[in-house]
Order: sequence, then structure tokens, then C-alpha cells
Amino acid sequence: MTMIFGIPVQAFLGQLLVGLINGSFYAMLSLGLAVIFGLLRVINFAHGAQYMFGAFVGYLLLTHLGIGYWPALILVPLIVGVFGVVVERLALSRLYDLDPLYGLLFTFGLALVLEGIFRYYYGVSGNPYAVPPLLAGGTNLGFMFLPNYRGWVVVASLIVCFGTWALIEKTRLGSYLRAATENPRLVQAFGVNVPLLLTLTYGLGSALAGLAGILAAPIYQVSPLMGSDLIIVVFAVVVVGGMGSILGAIITGYMLGLAEGLTKVFYPEASNLVVFVIMAIVLLVRPAGLFGRDA
Amino acid sequence: MTELTLGEASAKTSARLEWMLVGLGILALLVAPFLIYPIFLMKMLCFALFACAFNLLLGYTGLLSFGHATFFGGAAYFTAHAVKVWGWPPEAGILLGMAGAALLGLVMGFFAIRRQGIYFAMITLALSQMFFFFCVQSPFTQGEDGIQGVPRGMLLGVLDLNVSLNMYYFVLAVFLIGVFAIWRIVNSPFGMILRSIRENENRAISLGYSVANYKLGAFVMSAALAGLAGSLKAIVFQFATLTDVTWQMSGEVILMTLLGGIGTMVGPIIGASLVIGLENTLATSGFPVTIATGLIFMVCVLIFRRGIVGEFYARIFKRAGKD
Repeated sequence: MTMIFGIPVQAFLGQLLVGLINGSFYAMLSLGLAVIFGLLRVINFAHGAQYMFGAFVGYLLLTHLGIGYWPALILVPLIVGVFGVVVERLALSRLYDLDPLYGLLFTFGLALVLEGIFRYYYGVSGNPYAVPPLLAGGTNLGFMFLPNYRGWVVVASLIVCFGTWALIEKTRLGSYLRAATENPRLVQAFGVNVPLLLTLTYGLGSALAGLAGILAAPIYQVSPLMGSDLIIVVFAVVVVGGMGSILGAIITGYMLGLAEGLTKVFYPEASNLVVFVIMAIVLLVRPAGLFGRDA
Repeated sequence: MTELTLGEASAKTSARLEWMLVGLGILALLVAPFLIYPIFLMKMLCFALFACAFNLLLGYTGLLSFGHATFFGGAAYFTAHAVKVWGWPPEAGILLGMAGAALLGLVMGFFAIRRQGIYFAMITLALSQMFFFFCVQSPFTQGEDGIQGVPRGMLLGVLDLNVSLNMYYFVLAVFLIGVFAIWRIVNSPFGMILRSIRENENRAISLGYSVANYKLGAFVMSAALAGLAGSLKAIVFQFATLTDVTWQMSGEVILMTLLGGIGTMVGPIIGASLVIGLENTLATSGFPVTIATGLIFMVCVLIFRRGIVGEFYARIFKRAGKD
């Protein structure tokens, strides 16, 4: 058997794939956080809960209404996005004039409520969500065995990430968004409906979290706790990347996922910690984050 | 969080009011164990001290730490380990817990003060989660079981803490000393500089204060006092578990402070009592605690940002202003 650094190639690549999968979710979630933060100056603590919510909506659509994975891929982001819009209209929009920390605290409370509700009705154990038949099984790539669904998740997350990036960097709507990030008053004076833009942005961010949730459902079990543990790692990712750049958030997400996978190969005990250790090092060397603009 | 704190003139009146409340409060706490279940009271006092320590940072320095569970739970582990495994007397165990928490605070603070505002909150949260994973994996914490059966022992070799009332009055004494220490810190020249950092960090820098050192100092003190509360809790309940180092615990102490009133001396104590009382009530009702705490969080942030005590002062000053 071929070895790399004294480790079988199969195991090495296997962990690297796990890292890439985790990285895909880090990237999608930190992207959503960055989009929301960029315009609203709110750190969306409920992002993890919305991700969990997305997975659960998918699960409930399947078990109660018999709606399968592919329609859910459209429906779930819509539902979670609408939920986000409602939250923004009813509550978050009242907090923009205050210290940004209040936004964090509000969304923290929201996360607790969402998690509490699903925990109350579904317990803490995970619920399996079957891989859609089209993507069942795997492909032998010659050097390793790739489960089809995992390959799909990596591709899908890349599409989502760069789609969002293109939406923000390359379209007219995106240019409004970027302009409103720089100077909301001026943009409003030009006749752009900034409050609507804010609402849509939070909805878009929430929808991204929901989409990540339904993508994750067949890989991880659908459980009320799936979001909260993830969101803290994503926060560390965001600190490492700095929230100034969308592309930065995406790249950092994949990088840290891979770093985690690699650590699992060489020193499994530290794999939970490595993202945080990297965060600490980055804080020492480059406090503004790798792609950060503010000091 | 600056917009909700009190002006200097009103702060004087509020200080007088607080003294009255403090007198009444101490009296009530002295007789309380004859009326209310002492274990519940001791839990309340531990969390009240924890919230006050947290408020030293949030209310008076303007730093929102999302990682205070590390100091509370970490100190509980240190104390439990020292008392149970090494056979240390309780007072030594508590001091060790405090010292350990201060050290953890020094490390976490060193990293966290490199960023401000929201990043500060996220960094403390992430580092605290790192400590949580460390506790999950490290053998000395005994994993999911936690350190159980910690002996309460004899305080200073003479006072038997297994007697419920002895334990209670010891907890009360430590609580009062801790709160007094916080009050002294807040009202010292050091505390004034902390407030100036809260109000306008850039101006404090331009006045020549090395803001980073002051922030770190406040962080370490807050961590040590939170550790004191955690150590005390470990002795009272005779165990230390993972629950106390989770991010939910960090969130809980924020809620206590927010509910009671950020930047007031009495607020966190009232907030802690209410939250603990509510949790005790809910524990028997079957209604999930997280939903309740989450809802209180949302309501507080939306319409009740001054907290109970802050709202109380605001009403009084409004009336005083009219006369």
C-alpha cells in the first residue's frame, strides 16, 4: 500500500475529504455571516440555528409531506429565508441604531429559542436523512473511493459560494449592496430603498444557512444541536478571515476545513482544537485577520 | 453599551439608593436561610457573584465576553480537583481555583483584547469553546461524569462546612467580600479609567492611558472573581462538571446581567436571582429552560435594555427631573 508521511494514502485522502466537506460548510456559513455583517453590522448568532432549522425543514418536508431532496433544495432556503425576513422586519431592524452587540445578543436569544423548540419536540438524538437515490453509492477514482453525495456537496458548495460572490461583486443589485455597506445614507439619498436592501440581505443570509442545512442533512444526522457547535467554529473562521471580504470568508472556510482534516490524520486529539489554535496564531501575527481591512 | 449608562450626577443619587438597598439586602440574606431552602440560596449567591464579576467587564469596561464560563467552570474543576484528589482544605482549594481562573483570564484576555467589539465577543467565545474541548478530553476532569463527591471539609480547620448553615454563611461572607471588591475596583481611579475606556476608547488612548493594559487588568480581575464564584459553587454542590464550561453558561451570565441591568452594582444580583429562580421553577414544570431564557433575551434586547435596576433608576430620575 502506498504511504504518505507514514500514513496509508487511502486514510490520508479520506480525512482530507472529510476536511473538505467540513470546509464547504464553514465556507457557506461564514459567507452568510460576512454578507449579513457587511451590511447590517449584525453578527448573526442564529446562523447555526438557521442551518439546523434548514436541515429540520428538509427532514419534516420529507417525513410529513413526502417532499424529497431535490424540491427541498429550493423550498428550504425559501422557507428559512422568509423566516429571516420576518425576523429582520419585526426585530433586528429596530436594533440598527444601537451598539452592534445588541444584535449579537438578540440573535443569540433567537438561537436558543429555535434550538429549544426543536429539542423539545425531537430530543437531542439525530434523525437520519437518506441520501437521494440519484447520488447514492460512490465512484472509484482509482486512488480512492468517493461517495457520490459527498462529491456533490463539495461541488454544490463551490457553486453556492461563487454564485453569491458573483451576485455581490458582479451584479447591479450587488453594487447597491456594496454601496450601502460603504455609506447607507448616501445610497438612500440616491433613491435606493436601503431598508428593503437590509431586509433582503438578512433573508439571503438566512437562506444560505438553510441551504447549507439541507445539504448537510444526509451527511450529518439532523439534530437540534447540529448548529450550535458548528457556529462557534465558524466564528473562529470569521475571526481568522476577517469579515471585510466575501472571497476571504470563502477561502478561509475551505482552508480551515482542510487544516482540520489534516490534523485528524496526524494528531486526532487536537482536531477539535486546531481551528481555535490557528485563530490564536492569526490574532498574534495579523490581528485584523488574513483578509481583514479594519485594524 | 454606553448609551444606557447613567450620568455622573445621577450616579451619586443612585449610589445612595444602592446603599439602602444593600443594607436591606444583607439583612434579608442573613435571615433568608431560615425561610428558604439554603442550597437554593447558595446557588443564587454563587451565580450572583459570577454575574457581578462579569458585569465588571461588560458594565464598567464595555467589553462583552462570551467566554466567562471558562473561568467559572475552570475554577470549579481546579478547586474540586485540589480538594478531592490532593486533599487540600476548602479555603486553599478556592484560592487555587481563583488563581487558575486569573491565569486563564490572562491568556484569553491577551488574545481577545487585540480586537474590539463584536470580534472581542467572538474570540472569547471561540477560546472558551477551545477550553471546553480541552475539558472534554483531559483526564483530570473525568469527562462526562465530572469530578463528583468533593468533600466540603473544615474551613480553616475549625468550621465544619457539612453543616448547612455554616456553609451558607461562609458563602454569604465570600459573596459579600467579592461584591465589595468589585465595588472598590469600580470606584477606584483604576475603575474610573475603565469607565473612560468604555465611554470613549480613542480619547482614553489620546490621554495617554495604555488602554490595552487596563483592559487586560479588568479582564483578569473579572476572570478571577468569576473563578471565585465557580470555586464556591464546586464546594457547595460538591461537584464540578462540563455544564459549567459550556457556551450556554457564558450566555446565561450575560442574560443575568442584561436582565438585572448592565453597569449597575445591584442589577446582576437581582438578574441572577431571577434567572436561577426561574430555572428552578421551570425544572419542575417541564417547559424547556432554553426557550424561556432565549425569549427573555429577545425581550430584554428589544424593549428592556436598561434591565430591571436600570429601568428603576430611569423612572426615579424622570420623576425627579419633573419636580
